[in-house]
Amino acid sequence: MSVRYLSCGDTAFTVEFGNEISPVINGQVMALHAAIGKAKAAGQLPGVVETVPTMRSLMVTYDPVSTTRAELLPEIEALIARGLKADGKTRQVTIPCCYDGEEFAPDLKEVAKATKKTPEQVIEAHLNSAFKVYVLGFMPGLAYIAGLDPSLYLPRRSQPRVRLPRSTVAIAMDMTTIYPFESPGGWHLIGRTPLMMFDQRQPQPVFLAPGDSVTFQRIDRKTYDRMAQEAERDTLDWKKLVKP
Amino acid sequence: MSATLKVVRPGLFDTVQDFGRIGFMALGMPTAGAMDRIALSLANALVGNPLGTAAIEIGVMGPDLLVEADSVRIALVGPLSPSLIDGQDAQPKPIESDRSHLLKRGQILRVGMIEGSSTAYLAIAGGLAIPMFMGSLSTYSRAGVGGFDGRKLAAGDVLPLARENAPAGNERKLGAPFDYGKGPIRVVWGPQDDYFSAKGRKTFIESDYKVSKEADRMGIRLDGPVIEHAKGADIISDGIGPGAIQVPGAGLPIVLLGDRQTVGGYSKIATVASVDLPRFGRLLPGQTVRFEAITVEEAEKLRRDQEVRLKSAIAGFQTARPPGGIDLVKLYEENLIDGVVF
Repeated sequence: MSVRYLSCGDTAFTVEFGNEISPVINGQVMALHAAIGKAKAAGQLPGVVETVPTMRSLMVTYDPVSTTRAELLPEIEALIARGLKADGKTRQVTIPCCYDGEEFAPDLKEVAKATKKTPEQVIEAHLNSAFKVYVLGFMPGLAYIAGLDPSLYLPRRSQPRVRLPRSTVAIAMDMTTIYPFESPGGWHLIGRTPLMMFDQRQPQPVFLAPGDSVTFQRIDRKTYDRMAQEAERDTLDWKKLVKP
Repeated sequence: MSATLKVVRPGLFDTVQDFGRIGFMALGMPTAGAMDRIALSLANALVGNPLGTAAIEIGVMGPDLLVEADSVRIALVGPLSPSLIDGQDAQPKPIESDRSHLLKRGQILRVGMIEGSSTAYLAIAGGLAIPMFMGSLSTYSRAGVGGFDGRKLAAGDVLPLARENAPAGNERKLGAPFDYGKGPIRVVWGPQDDYFSAKGRKTFIESDYKVSKEADRMGIRLDGPVIEHAKGADIISDGIGPGAIQVPGAGLPIVLLGDRQTVGGYSKIATVASVDLPRFGRLLPGQTVRFEAITVEEAEKLRRDQEVRLKSAIAGFQTARPPGGIDLVKLYEENLIDGVVF
């Protein structure tokens, strides 16, 4: 395995596993993320502050007052040498999604046309995709979820929207995402979930985490309205949707 | 009765900040946190707080704050010209910055403009009585979370204080202004210096760059000579550390600071050494910077030396006596020596 260590000043370095997006590389990233977390929890790696996984690399931040990069690199290398295995503790997350109507799925017809499918077949392909959260970023709680059915691959819209509603489900390239806030966006909007991807009231405000397995579950508008109301009132039973 | 400070006139960009929200970057949550950790530490030390206690970060111009507590001890650190107004229609009386002050009910603290820096701090003895969000009081205004209501302070805001009264003790002041260093801003090459041509790296290190108007808590966009890429501006997104200098396709550098996003897809030529981040966090539009490359080991050592200097600056605080007043600490120490009991 060819690992590169990239310098990010005197408070961080990046462990780069490759320069491509692949499940194998991301698996190694997530395994090292977990291994460092475990070592830290056991009181090892003093001075390591946190780790930031992305598709193909892991940034490790540290406190230069209590440690040095020269001290940390051999420790990280030893963790890698011991073998990076996924810890098998992938959470299974179900995301209810309503694909009905112009309001929630304004791009569904266009996506269908561009992929030579019927709107129903687009929904079917989205529901049958085996998704995995690769990385969170850009804004708190925004997850890049890879694993989209290849028949749905499309470039981003040529004209990004200035404003789209919170909890919109969208696709672009080989990924799907869910917008945690009202925000601009250039992806194709095909549905909406009653869940909030970022909710300040929760003990863990960010709903998804790197490494999560995600499946979408189709709900009708009536169910959406009921669940959205429950989410708003904070009475929704999240635990049913997340299996550890 | 609750003790508060009321914002009677807001400043330009005043937010509550501590050392940042640590441990949630993996979930896409920026750390936020003080732009100048040195001044935050000094302000807290002056009022007897732990160094990372949440304080008010002043952006360019500070607020007018009405004291709604029997007494409160505050400290201002930064190139400020604050004043105190003893009540309605009273004339503002100038007070010193870089020291603590005991304020009484009904007084208005006018923080005023910062001269020659973008950032200053107002610390309060005992801190603010605001609940933490994800382990920190730092405001991250882009997501509307943390600090006071997730945003900069506005007229009418009432800041709850953790202490009802100021703790007993003398006022303290800085022995000398903290030396942030002069000359070029020290940087460490990477993480993607190999995405730039030799010419591009030379341009970056040998040119003057001017702080543009697009400068905020997220980052500072610089104007100057265009930096040439060799392998293009785009990368597969990776983590962004504090002080990362990304160079998008147009070739002009952006230095990413407290409110920076956690990951990004532009190549990063170099990273500001942590010793110079506080200095960088104080830059104003129009000011000019130059960069100098050092090694990681040098950067780590400079940072540790700076921490030692910070500790000795705190150990060197002097008692600030009001004009004609007595120095209680000195008197007490002399009493111990002389054995005189009053």
